[in-house]
Amino acid sequence: MTALLEVRDLVMRFGGLTAVSRLSFTAVRGEITAVIGPNGAGKTTVFNCITGFYRPSEGEITIHREDQSTLALHRLPGFAIAKRGRVARTFQNIRLFGGMTVLENLMVAQHNRLQAATGFTLLAVLGLGRYRHVEAEALERAKYWLDATGLTKRADEPAASLPYGAQRRLEIARAMCTDPVLLCLDEPAAGLNPRESEELNALLLKIRAAGCSLLLIEHDMGVVMKISDHIIVLDHGKKIADGTPAEIRTNPAVIAAYLGEGDDDDLDVPVAAQ
Amino acid sequence: MSDVRSAQGGRDTLIRYIRDAGGVGLLALAIFVPFIGLRLHGETNGLVLHYRPKLLVIGVVLAMLARLLVLIWQERRVHQGRAAWRAARVASAGKYVAPALLASAALLPLVPGIANFYIDLGVLVMTYVMLGWGLNIVVGLAGLLDLGYVAFYAVGAYSFALLAHYFHLSFWECLPLSGIFAAIWGMCLGFPVLRLRGDYLAIVTLAFGEIIRLVITNWISLTGGPNGIYNIPHPTFFGLNFNLGGGPGTFSGFFGIDPDPKQLTTYLYYIIFFLALLTNWVTLRLRRLPMGRAWEALREDEIACRSLGINVRNTKLTAFAIGAMFGGFAGCFFATRQNFISPDSFTFIESATVLAIVVLGGAGSQLGVALAAVVMIGIPALLQDLSIYRMLFFGLALVIMMVVRPRGFVSTRTPSIALGKRQQISSELMSEGHG
Repeated sequence: MTALLEVRDLVMRFGGLTAVSRLSFTAVRGEITAVIGPNGAGKTTVFNCITGFYRPSEGEITIHREDQSTLALHRLPGFAIAKRGRVARTFQNIRLFGGMTVLENLMVAQHNRLQAATGFTLLAVLGLGRYRHVEAEALERAKYWLDATGLTKRADEPAASLPYGAQRRLEIARAMCTDPVLLCLDEPAAGLNPRESEELNALLLKIRAAGCSLLLIEHDMGVVMKISDHIIVLDHGKKIADGTPAEIRTNPAVIAAYLGEGDDDDLDVPVAAQ
Repeated sequence: MSDVRSAQGGRDTLIRYIRDAGGVGLLALAIFVPFIGLRLHGETNGLVLHYRPKLLVIGVVLAMLARLLVLIWQERRVHQGRAAWRAARVASAGKYVAPALLASAALLPLVPGIANFYIDLGVLVMTYVMLGWGLNIVVGLAGLLDLGYVAFYAVGAYSFALLAHYFHLSFWECLPLSGIFAAIWGMCLGFPVLRLRGDYLAIVTLAFGEIIRLVITNWISLTGGPNGIYNIPHPTFFGLNFNLGGGPGTFSGFFGIDPDPKQLTTYLYYIIFFLALLTNWVTLRLRRLPMGRAWEALREDEIACRSLGINVRNTKLTAFAIGAMFGGFAGCFFATRQNFISPDSFTFIESATVLAIVVLGGAGSQLGVALAAVVMIGIPALLQDLSIYRMLFFGLALVIMMVVRPRGFVSTRTPSIALGKRQQISSELMSEGHG
């Protein structure tokens, strides 16, 4: 039980709006941590802070490495979080390189490792150096993830021509090709049918078994309750519950947030209905 | 039964066509009456209004016929609807077009009895091929809309001209320097525009092109201002010059042949030919390397690039720098070919022409850009006999082109890596870039 990602007192303000206020939580190494909450609770904002798309207004986000050293993500420029922090992510609205093939998408994901072997590109342009060897390795890694996500047959098709479910899987495969320690998934099950959802569960468990921890935002409770080890519930930018799926299921505050019981906002509803 | 239905369908289509063409005819009439139907003539007792009904009718009928042709063509396209098949056919044709083009380009100056004019035209076209390929890196691969590419052309040309003027350096010494200077300026342009996208990027790059030109124009003590720089040396062939006087130390004197202006033109032709091939070769190599893939990924989705740990800033800067470097080489060549350069050679219209070549060719396609350069530069030059109608035909050709192939001559992309057979990717799936 060692912490991998530690978020402490995270605050994110947009002008006068506080999207996330004083959020603290820990994602444990080797676990699947789910962040749930009603729409607008600030889940994606938390993700964007962790993965460097937003700079937090206050607070600290720390990665604990295996060698006991730490890395402060909130101080890194966006791209370095993926590069040095080894935090990968997917997007709520899929962001693939549509005009490039599935395989190319996976090769782009390994950019940093490949680029390091090109001798500032100069050597590789001249066909010198060890680039060819490193590229062959990268191709093997890409093939592994193609196989794991069932996309091998479509490897040479443009990503934009894939069906929706396959695009979701490709995005996960692409993120995994960066060789992350933490994979952040923003609603990976959105728009999937029940069978695809099951396959996704299996894939996520496989990723966890391979030693990569997961942090996921999800609305599909079937996915969340089945596979997560730890759940954090947000509402209005605040953490209202934190625990195992069994604890969350019976937590009155969570039920209130989801069903609106006793929530101030929902007092208006009967009035409006009359 | 089906015959009856198809006959019915045919009649409906015909009625639709006639109605559509009639509408176009009315529209044409409304537009043509003031433009064609009426004409003012200045005569001794003032202006006289002339009517030209015959010409008006011809104009309207032509417009209707053109509309009918477009309709029929569109109908056929819907029926065929085999975009993939067509793309494959174009790709297989492309397999032969590229080598054929390359071979004819390599052999052009060797055609017996070819006039110097054509070789010179070849030099001009090849310069634009090279510029197009250079800009293709920035626009076609990285998806950064650069309207100021002529700036790098100017930097390359003036680098050589000034070094030759003040330090008496030769073409071959200055060629790499021109490229390096242009690349540095490419990065100078790159830094301030890193955060800009789309239209804003286009405006700033356009302004950058103008700034370079205005600095050159106004820094008279250094660059001679609008008067330009004269007597830029021609390239030498292993130390031999191409003076028409002949004698020792000249190309003709050394080889014991009669001096001929064609010798220099041919030499220039092969220099730019190999420079262009170098550009092409480097681009094709880069496309298969992480840097080139990152450029294309950047064109597709910048945010996804960031999430994968790609340094977007460096990637953009390398695209600007390498694109600019080839512009600089081409500029250096331009200076040596012309003997004389002035800021007039580096106006916005040059940037626009090169960009038009890239867009017409099909963004990202090397073959398309080469074809487009031939069309854009070669054909207007060959059509000089048509005098004032030249640009009319040229404009018409461009309009037809944009209707028939809106994504450029070659609207497919070849993947940089594949497990099996490389399948062409239709550019409809590709993003054009936001930056």
